[in-house]
Amino acid sequence: MFSNNIVENSYDPFQMYKKKPETASPFNFVERSKAPVTTGTSVVAVCFKNGVIIAGDTLGSYGSLARFRNCPRIIKVNDNIILGAGGDYGDFQYVKDLIEQKVIDEQCLDDGFSLKPKSLYCWLTRIMYNRRSKFDPFWNNFVVGGLQDGVPFLGTVDKLGTAYCDKIVCTGYGAYIAIPLLRDAFEKNPNPTEQEARDLVVKCMEVLFYRDARSFPKFQLAVITKEGVSIEGPLDIKQNWEVAYVTQN
Amino acid sequence: MSSIGTGYDLSASQFSPDGRVFQVEYAVKAVENSGTVIALRGKDGVVFAVEKLVTSKLYEPGANRRIFTIDQHVGMGVCGLIADARQIVDIARREAANYKSQFGVKIPIKFLNDRVSMYMHAYTLYSAVRPYGCSVVLGSYDPEDGSSLYMIDPSGVSYGYYGCAIGKAKQSAKTEIEKLKLTNMNTKELVKEAARIIYLVHDELKDKNFELELSWVSKDTNGLHERVPEHVFLEAEKSAKQAMEADSDSDTEDM
Repeated sequence: MFSNNIVENSYDPFQMYKKKPETASPFNFVERSKAPVTTGTSVVAVCFKNGVIIAGDTLGSYGSLARFRNCPRIIKVNDNIILGAGGDYGDFQYVKDLIEQKVIDEQCLDDGFSLKPKSLYCWLTRIMYNRRSKFDPFWNNFVVGGLQDGVPFLGTVDKLGTAYCDKIVCTGYGAYIAIPLLRDAFEKNPNPTEQEARDLVVKCMEVLFYRDARSFPKFQLAVITKEGVSIEGPLDIKQNWEVAYVTQN
Repeated sequence: MSSIGTGYDLSASQFSPDGRVFQVEYAVKAVENSGTVIALRGKDGVVFAVEKLVTSKLYEPGANRRIFTIDQHVGMGVCGLIADARQIVDIARREAANYKSQFGVKIPIKFLNDRVSMYMHAYTLYSAVRPYGCSVVLGSYDPEDGSSLYMIDPSGVSYGYYGCAIGKAKQSAKTEIEKLKLTNMNTKELVKEAARIIYLVHDELKDKNFELELSWVSKDTNGLHERVPEHVFLEAEKSAKQAMEADSDSDTEDM
C-alpha cells in the first residue's frame, strides 16, 4: 500500500490499515511460549498406492489430565490436501485459521489453480522455522498429506522447523511406538492398498491407545484419494482388557 | 456542466454554492462511461452479469475481469475505472478476512456493505484525494437470511436492491429488469434473463466487441460465489442471442 505524502500532515486514508509504530514502554516486553497448554498427542499417517491416510485421536490433554474429549485435529484443507496436527491445540487452531484464509485468498484469485500439498508443506516449514527463530515457536507437529498432481504426498514439520517427507510419518509418542510397526509392515508390503493401509493405521491407533498415557479410544481418520477427501470419525478403538486379570496378584 | 462547475469542481472538500460536490458527480460520469453491469436478486440467490467492452482485438480473452470473489460467499461486480475498482475489491477482501479472523464467522454482507461504503465515502471528504471512479455491486446468499444485493456509488451511498444496473446502458437495463418478477425467480432463470439483458442493451454501433461475464451465488452453489459453469454459460449466451434475433425479426415485420 502506498502512502500519501503529497501534502504534509494531510489526512491519510490508509492510516487505519497501517501498522502503528511500536513505542518503547516497560510493559511491552516480549512473551514467548515455553510450554504447550492443551495438547493433542500422536498423529499417524501413511501413503498407499493411490492416496494418503492420516489418523489422530480426539483428546485434548491438559498436562496429564484428559480434559477435552472432542478435539478434532485432522482437517481438510482443500480437495487435494489433508492436515493433521499434534501439540498445542491453540497454536493449531491459530495456524488452521491462517491456512483457511490462505485457501480463500487462493479461491478469490479465481485462476483455476488451488493450493497443492507440497506448497502448503513448504509454507508450513517457513512459518514454523520463522517462529522458532524468534524463540517463540508454534508448539506443534504438522502432518501434511495429499495428492501432488495425482501422486501421493506425505510430509511433516515440527516446532523447530525440522521437516521431511516419507511414506510413513508419525509424530509424538507414535514416532516411538507406531513407526516400527509401520516400517515392519511396509518392508513386507511396500505398496499397500487402501484397505491394507487403513487396517495398519487402525492397528497403530489401537496399540497407541494401550501404550500412550495421553491417548483416547476415539479417533478421526482422514483418507485422500483422487475420488476426494473423506474424514471419518469419531471412530472407536476396540478395547480388550482381559489381560488385566492375568496380571492380578 | 462546465459553466456550473466553475471554481468549485477542483476539490472534493468544497461544496458549490448550490450544495453539490462536483468531484463526486464527475466520478459518477466515469462510471457511466463503463460497460453495463447488472445484478439480479431472486428467491434463492443473486446473479451478476457484465458487459465487458473489449476495445482491441489484440487483447487476450478473459483479461481484466469485472466480477470478483470477495469471500467465499460474496461476489462483487464492478463498473467504472477498473484500477479504482480493484482497490475497492482489495479493501473488501481485507475487511472480509479481518471480520473472519476476529469473529470466526463469515462477514454478513450487510456489514461488509457498511464498511466498504464508508471507505468509499471517506474519499469524498478531503482535498488531497479524489473519489473512486467506480460503482460496485455486492451480492450474497445465506441459508438463513436469503439472498441480498447492495450497490455502492462513488459518493459512498449504498442501497439494498432486488435488481440493479450500472454503467452505460443502465436506463434501458433497468427498464428490462423492472419487467421481471424477480422475487419468484430462481437463479437458473435469472442467468438467462441477465445474459439476455446484457445482449439487449449492448450498443453495437458504438462498441463493437464485448465479452459476457456471468457469475452467481445461490442455494444451488451452497452459498458460494462462483462463475457459472460453462454449459450454463453457453446455454444462457445462446438463448440471449436467439432472443436478439427474434427481436430483430419482429422489428422488420412491424415495418
